Amino acid sequence: MSEAPILRAAGLAKRFGARLALAEVSLELWEGEVLAVVGESGSGKSTLLACLAGRMAPDAGTVEFRTRHEGWRDVHAMSEAARRLLERTDWGFVHQRPEDGLRMTVSAGANIGERLMALGARRYGWIRAQAAHWLAQVEMDAARLDESPLAFSGGMRQRLQIARNLVTRPRLVFMDEPTSGLDVSVQARLVDLLRGLVRRLSLAAIVVTHDLGVARLLAHRMMVLKDGRVVETGLTDQVLDDPHHPYTQQLVASALAP
Amino acid sequence: MNEPALAIRGLCKSFVLHAQGGVELRVLRDVTLEVRAGECVALEGRSGSGKSTLLKCIYGTYRANAGSIRVLGREVVGAPPRELLALRREALGYVSQFLRAVPRVPALDVVAEPLIERCGESAEALAAARRAAGQLLLRLRVPMRLWEVPPATFSGGEQQRVNIARALLEPRPVLLLDEPTAALDADNRATVVALIGELRRAGAAIVGIFHDARVRDAVATRVFDLERGR
Repeated sequence: MSEAPILRAAGLAKRFGARLALAEVSLELWEGEVLAVVGESGSGKSTLLACLAGRMAPDAGTVEFRTRHEGWRDVHAMSEAARRLLERTDWGFVHQRPEDGLRMTVSAGANIGERLMALGARRYGWIRAQAAHWLAQVEMDAARLDESPLAFSGGMRQRLQIARNLVTRPRLVFMDEPTSGLDVSVQARLVDLLRGLVRRLSLAAIVVTHDLGVARLLAHRMMVLKDGRVVETGLTDQVLDDPHHPYTQQLVASALAP
Repeated sequence: MNEPALAIRGLCKSFVLHAQGGVELRVLRDVTLEVRAGECVALEGRSGSGKSTLLKCIYGTYRANAGSIRVLGREVVGAPPRELLALRREALGYVSQFLRAVPRVPALDVVAEPLIERCGESAEALAAARRAAGQLLLRLRVPMRLWEVPPATFSGGEQQRVNIARALLEPRPVLLLDEPTAALDADNRATVVALIGELRRAGAAIVGIFHDARVRDAVATRVFDLERGR
């Protein structure tokens, strides 16, 4: 872990009409650190993730990312082109539904290779080798490189989406409910896989989840959102084993195995 | 060695249960305890007197309401998350009563995990971490055929030994033991008692809960009664 954060947000707020979706949210994230954002549906978790990832402009507040070469950059003030470049290189975004993050009409290999080609890679053999490597990293058989994701199960599609994101070695990955659409047995495998990858690659990650068990296994730190506000933060074991806020206590008490 | 490895002063911990109308359970009141390198302090007190709570406060899982806990001079109470994680990594070992492991991870990697976290992508470091884990598992009589199996299906005693190996693989200066021998047979109990003795003589400061009086007498250099505060 390095000495400075790579992402920082201050005073984020967002309204949808009369409804307050996000208020006074601030956070910092360091390299190699996984932060889980938990809360029920409608708590503002996905809105927060969209604001952090530059996909939605907040009404107030700032989001800054520490770039490799140019230091801190305001995510919402940079040009569209600059942000798109970040999205294709240093950032990853894993959607809850793999279909939202994949191109379903091209092969698995092409899905993984796309980011490399967008960065100017042209040598077919090298791109294919990279795709095979990342397919193996997500525990998939390289023989399936030429198959369409339409032929894959939900769990395999999710792993393919992860491989597609990791091929450019991003430093920061946003994940929106990455396991929630899957069978329980597939979830366990995916959580374990993600855990191994973030540790091995020293990824920073923000994981939005309503599943406290997933947060327990994946995250170093937790942030609990209710009605768009942060009600509690701390190390994962602190929040889950000694919850202070009434809402956190209720969440922990109603989880099956937090 | 004048500075105690662990210094607890005026520690208070209560739990407010909001679902029960905000009732406050005051578990620890004004606990003061110092533990030096080479000491093993056995916590005493009725069930509910706060023995496990004290260990969890020292580890930082429970957030104390008042007082101070210094580990090697570094404050635990109110420490920012990253500092606390670093302190745990460098100075605090904790054997919990129950193993909590990731469903699909083999026993050997569960044990080696504290080392694996630092291996990055180095295959050599990974192999070395797994070798060290294997040696400790052998000593704790966890048969090799179980090493590649996730511990979820293990017996209570096997899980506990995996848990002990995981916490002791890399000895930390301050060691917290919550009933480390509760589910073990006589042979394994003896092995764990020997391990604890070795760590203590090597300079660890140890605080533990040992319900088994034979184990307590064999490992503890002193007893601390939580109900009487001394």
